[in-house]
Order: sequence, then C-alpha cells, then structure tokens
Amino acid sequence: MKTETLATTPVKEAPARRTNFYKDHEGMILGGGAVVLVLAAWEAAWQHGRAYSLDAEPMISALFFTGPSAVLGALRETWASGQLPSDLIHSGGNFVVGFTAALAAGVVLGIVIGWFRTVRLLLDPFLNAFYATPRIALVPLIIIMFGIGRLPAIVIVFLSAFFPILINTIVGVKTIDDDLLKAARSFCASHMQIFTTVALPGSVPFILTGVRQGVAHGLIGVVVSEMFVGGEGIGFMIAYSGQTFATERIFLGVAIMAGAGILLTSAAERLQAHFSRWRPER
Amino acid sequence: MNKLDIQNVSKRYWLERESREVPACEGVTLSVADGEFVAIVGPSGCGKTTLLNIVAGLLPYEEGHVRIDGERVEGPGVDRAVVFQHASLLPWRTITGNVRYGMELHGRFAKPEIERRTERFIRMVGLQGFERAYPSEISGGMQQRVNLARALASDPKVLLMDEPFAALDAQTREFMQAELLKIWRQARKTVLFITHQINEAVYLADRVVVMSSRPGRIKDVFDIPFARPRALELKRDPRFLAIEDRIWKLIEEESESILAGGASEPAAPGA
Repeated sequence: MKTETLATTPVKEAPARRTNFYKDHEGMILGGGAVVLVLAAWEAAWQHGRAYSLDAEPMISALFFTGPSAVLGALRETWASGQLPSDLIHSGGNFVVGFTAALAAGVVLGIVIGWFRTVRLLLDPFLNAFYATPRIALVPLIIIMFGIGRLPAIVIVFLSAFFPILINTIVGVKTIDDDLLKAARSFCASHMQIFTTVALPGSVPFILTGVRQGVAHGLIGVVVSEMFVGGEGIGFMIAYSGQTFATERIFLGVAIMAGAGILLTSAAERLQAHFSRWRPER
Repeated sequence: MNKLDIQNVSKRYWLERESREVPACEGVTLSVADGEFVAIVGPSGCGKTTLLNIVAGLLPYEEGHVRIDGERVEGPGVDRAVVFQHASLLPWRTITGNVRYGMELHGRFAKPEIERRTERFIRMVGLQGFERAYPSEISGGMQQRVNLARALASDPKVLLMDEPFAALDAQTREFMQAELLKIWRQARKTVLFITHQINEAVYLADRVVVMSSRPGRIKDVFDIPFARPRALELKRDPRFLAIEDRIWKLIEEESESILAGGASEPAAPGA
C-alpha cells in the first residue's frame, strides 16, 4: 500500500496553551471514576447480599450471581493452574488466523469486485444475501464440513470478519471521485497507475472501517465457535462454566472478551484516524 | 508554425432519454500559434468544454482533426496538460505530492529532476511554505494554484484550462488572473483557455474566440491589441470596455436566439 505521502507530518501544529490536568484528562477521569464507582457498588451489593439471609438462604446465591472480588479470585485461580493462559492462546490463535485470512481475502476481493462493474453486478445478490445472513446460522453446516477441531472455529471467525471488510472495501473502490479519475487520465495514467495512485489510497479509510467492524464480528465468531466445538478457548470456558454453575468464571470469560474487544477496536480506530488525517472532518 | 490545429471538428452526444443525437459542437476550426494565449468564450452549453475535452484527448471525436505539432490527437498525451475547473487534487497527498503527480504518471523525468521541478513550480505559483499541507487545509484559490503547478510541472507543449477560476470568489479570481499572466510569461506555454467570463478572456488572451450556442460553432474571433505585461487596471480602460462590449453583444444575440427559437433544444449532457 502506498503510504509515503500519508506518513508525513501535518502542517498545523497544536498551539501552545496552559496545561490543565483535569481538562487534559477529563474523559479518563470521569469515565474511570464511573467504572470504579460501579464496581465498588457492585462489590458492596454482592457482599451485602451474601451476608444477609432470607429464610436461612443468602439473599444472593453464588450460583446465580457473583461479585468483582470473586471474578478476580477466579482469574488468579485459572491463571495459576495454567488453564487460562492456554485458553487465551487457543482463542487468540483462532482469532489471529481467521482474521488475517479474512483481511487478506476481503481487501483483495473487495478491490476486484469494486473495480470491475460486471463482477460487482454478478456477485451483488450473493453478497447481499450473505451479508444479511447471521453467519452464526451457518455454524452447524461448518461443523459438518470441517469437523470439530480448530478448523471450524477458524472458519467461523473468518466468515464473521470477512464480510464487513469485503463490503466496505467494495464501497471504497466504487465511490472513487470521477474528477480524480479524469485528472489521472489526462496525465496518461495507465490502469495500473490509476489503481495504485487513486483507487487504492482512496479506499484505505473505507477498508479500515471494515477492519474495525471485522474485529468486532470476529470476536463474536471466536466465542460462538468455541461454544459449539472443541474443548478449549475462552468461548469454551464460558460455555463449560455455565454448565457447571461456575458463575464467576462466566463473568471472567465475558470480561476478557470485553477487554479484548475494547483493546482491538480502539487500535483499529487509531489506525483509521492515522490514515484519515487528510480528511477535512477530523 | 501552429502548435495546435483544430480542423472542422464536430461532436454529437447521444441523448438516451429521447433516443436522438444532439450536436455539441460543429465544424470548429481554430489554430493556435506557438506561445499564443487563446481564450474561448460562449454562452453556457455552447460546447466549449466539450471542445477542450476533445483536445485533451479525454473525449473521442468522430469528425475532423485535432493536431498538435502536426500529430493527430488520439487520446491523452504528455504534450498536453489540463487545469480543471475543480482542482481535482488527490486529497491524501500533500501539495508537494500533488505537484509531482503529473510527472510521476508521465515517467518522463528522473527522480532528482522531478524533485527540482516540483520545488520550482511550487515557488512559481507562490506556495512555498505549504509544501506539506493537505488540499483540505488550503483555500480554493491555493488549490487552483496547485492544479496549475501540477499541469505546468509536467512540461506540456499546450496548456488546456477549463474555467479554472470559475469557482473562486470575485477578488481571488482577479488576483489569480494577474498571477496567471505572470506565470505564463515565465513558462511560455501555448494556452487554450475556456471561460464564460468575457472580461477574463479579454484580459488574459491574445485572441478571444466567441462560440455560438448549440451547436457550438465559431462565431467570431477578436484580436486583443493590448501590450503585455497587462495590469489589472486595464480592465477599466475604455478600449478594453469597448471590446468587452462588442463580445457581450454577440453573446447576447446568441442567448436571445436560444430563448426565441431554440427553446425546445434540450441541454446536452456535459456540454
């Protein structure tokens, strides 16, 4: 990808101003404070509910509900036993392999489909149908086709992430500005040159939007696929804990997925912001 | 010898909706000498942009010939460069990247030469200090300077300008006209300049070609006698105003004839 012109520093520099710790970190302070407050309230309610009994039964049963300290305990326990690290590596592997394949295939096919009108018209109905279908509905079929090992999980992650990336890339290539094409043509640009200097850089922001959506869908794919097949991974941990009433481990699994989601989408957003610096609406 | 020869060129558009052909321009013959500045004016829809696109090689033409240095135009070529009405800059490239763009596509200059020319033409259009800005960070007038620098840097024999200042506000436009003349005196290019502004044409050009309304034909050609360099005050000179007035009357006649007789003529696409 051509990035050399995108990577130069912008002309505008932040004007010097007096620093104000609160103003500079307002989001962090308010958001972080709210999270701490909610966690504390949750913990208090949980401790309180366990201690007070109604008809000799605790008000809150550990079977149905849990608190932050118990989740933390589950984290320590599973980490020490080596179960959690191995689950994380398993799930992470499924995600990385499936997502990377989806990224490569989505961008390449998206560019081809977006660039050639005939190809697009031919494939449009199928793409629309596939995009509208919840990919999860295909899980039983995928298990039949790919067995119950790692492969079906990777295939499900792939299918989940592939379509958002594909569809956004198509839109990016399709919506290239006609004036830019005309200017390139007037300078005798070859098809290849038009492609590398106009079509590709013009669709980068769209591709990255697809990446952001693909990350979110891919994570769903990881959890769902592991719930259905195999005996490893965070998705399996959540499903198995559910069957064994290990409520705090369910919460742990959910928290891990939430954390991964926040981390990966914010990374994708940063990437997107970086490559969209030339856009007027920043 | 003539740099640019347009001989008996006609172009028709196919109107899909009405399943019939509409002539955009008909039997246009025009020669432009080496280093000459020719402006074409005409009522809107007279096919002047069509003519420019044909010369640029962006539109195929069925009848007549367009020749540059005696060679027939069959498509876009390195001997021509277009300054578009909309700056058409790559928004993800800096000013430097955009000025280089034409040269990069042509592949005629070696890398160090491209660097040198980029710097030189950025300076010529007065944009030094903005090399690393993105198009969205500079004004419309500055964007058009980049558009002009990109075209000039690719070293064309003929510079084709398609209403390049039409989208600018009145003050910027006046200023850009004076700037263009200054740059043109340095760059010494043959220019074909399309505009709907009569005083812009008279101020800039050696000759002003007036086109009739559809189908676009050459109605008259005016030699502009004013010596160069021309100051902006020239526009208030009585002789200048007299020429402007004569051209204006011609175009007014044209517009009236459309309103009177040709009202049923639909507008041609892109004309």
